[in-house]
Amino acid sequence: MFGKKKKIITNVEPNQWKEVWQRFCKNKVSMVALFFLIVIIIFALFADVIIDYQTVITTNPQERLLGPDGSHWFGTDHMGRDLFGRVIHGARYSLMFGVVCTALSLFGGCILGATAAYFGGKVDTWIMRVIDALMCIPYMLLALSLVAAMGSGLKSMTIAIIVASVPSFTRMIRSVVLTVVRQDYIEAAKSCGVKDRDIIFHHVLPNAIGPIIVNAMMNVAGLIMSAAGLSFIGMGIQPPTPEWGNMLSEATSWMRQSPHMIIFPGLAIVLTALCFNLMGDGLTEALDPRQAER
Amino acid sequence: MAKYITKRLLVVIPTLLFIIFVVFFILNVTPGDPGRIMLGPTATQEQVDMVNESLGVNRPLPVRYANYVWDALHGDFGASYTFNVPVTQVLMPKFPTTLKLAILSVLFSALFGIPLGILSAVKKHSVIDNGLTVLALFLASVPGFWLGLMLMLLLSLQLGLLPSSGVGTWQHYIMPVMTLALPSAAFLSRLTRTTMLDSMNQDYIRTAKGKGAGNGRVIFLHALRNALIPVITQLGMNFAGLLGGAMITEIVFGLPGFGNAIVAAIKAKDVPLTMFAVIFLSTTFMLIMLVVDLIYAFVDPRIKSQFE
Repeated sequence: MFGKKKKIITNVEPNQWKEVWQRFCKNKVSMVALFFLIVIIIFALFADVIIDYQTVITTNPQERLLGPDGSHWFGTDHMGRDLFGRVIHGARYSLMFGVVCTALSLFGGCILGATAAYFGGKVDTWIMRVIDALMCIPYMLLALSLVAAMGSGLKSMTIAIIVASVPSFTRMIRSVVLTVVRQDYIEAAKSCGVKDRDIIFHHVLPNAIGPIIVNAMMNVAGLIMSAAGLSFIGMGIQPPTPEWGNMLSEATSWMRQSPHMIIFPGLAIVLTALCFNLMGDGLTEALDPRQAER
Repeated sequence: MAKYITKRLLVVIPTLLFIIFVVFFILNVTPGDPGRIMLGPTATQEQVDMVNESLGVNRPLPVRYANYVWDALHGDFGASYTFNVPVTQVLMPKFPTTLKLAILSVLFSALFGIPLGILSAVKKHSVIDNGLTVLALFLASVPGFWLGLMLMLLLSLQLGLLPSSGVGTWQHYIMPVMTLALPSAAFLSRLTRTTMLDSMNQDYIRTAKGKGAGNGRVIFLHALRNALIPVITQLGMNFAGLLGGAMITEIVFGLPGFGNAIVAAIKAKDVPLTMFAVIFLSTTFMLIMLVVDLIYAFVDPRIKSQFE
């Protein structure tokens, strides 16, 4: 009897995801976003093959502030470095940063949010009190204070952004999980004597995963922009590392002569963030077509 | 009602103590060397040690926390390390600039966002609606500071219409306000659209229509009033967020506001200044959210009746 039941469950789940994927593929806009994202990822992966890292951080005074042309697609900056090379090397930092930070803060948020929603009562009250208090501190201010305490750089920026993002993830996951926890199959699992931890990870989270993925995707876009912002004001990754935010920060002094220095790194941020946002949007529709019809 | 307000105000106190503790902990685990920051590189080590001693840097963390809270209760938030005057004297004169920026931005975002949201809900799937969806998604993917830089490039460097940075005339505020208001107007229009569509599907709308109420009456008197609650929350959060989150925009446009001063303080490891900024902004946030909840009561009689 149990064997049969298990078979049904394993049959249903992949089909459901297949359906979601098929609906996602039908959405032209999401497919275009996916295509551009793959292009960006390929550029980021093969950045070293296309242009050597040393070349993009070495100054080259003969080629200062050249406009875009055949040999320098995006032109060069105030130190004569090829902007196209710097932008694709920058993609490495931004993508890695966005994905890693989202994954880790999602993990933290999952543990706290699922615990709060699943156990309810006092556990819920106390976790949410702390989270609510932390959310009263402006996001950027909390991140900046953490960076200030640890010293600027990639590592401290990563930790700062994760700590600052966990509260909002916790709140989101709690509300998603709350709707799942009240379902009958959770009560069934509980009455069968399944351990709480197993119920959370095997029953609650998989059923709540849809909205969580959508949120995470849009969060990647947000984090790429926050990281650029932190680097822009000099609290993130330091020059000469080719990161989009500090490229823009350097470019502000040369706005009048070389607007291309500001346009291209910025477009890179917008394109990457837009891809993640569009895919998140497409996924929302694919997960819940009824909602999307409106 | 008064009971509710008192209760909400009382919750602010422990929350604030916790926030102060968190930020105090973050900023004081690595206290740096305030004596060195205050006296500069030319001072002798003895002088630096003396200043550090008078500030109590070497005492244990809980003691310093208790001292800080005690002093703060008496309105003494300490002296800035870099300016050597009380932090309130450094920061508060900068507040009006930030406040003006936040009020104008919220005002303009509501002025454009809410009507456009109503329009796209009423004319669902029209050109305007689809265009606004695309625009909102695009603006959600543009970092605020880059939007600011692009506006500056176009409006002041290319066309020479507006001054690029600083304060003085009202023209100086146009670009910063646009930078902050455009994305939130786009977001607000989406939010208004969703909540409007939700409330238009309710039974009371059908009842109103069935009783022969005109289109305008149904939309503005019945649907909109019910759709506005989440929008008001969002407006409140935007306003509170702008007070503390407009720092990068302030830096881009060289506005001598709160955000600019905070970033400078954080960079200089000016702990008292940063502490005061965080406490001030978090308190403001909580009070604004309290006001938002009170506004609900006026908009929604169902909520009002709970308090009476």
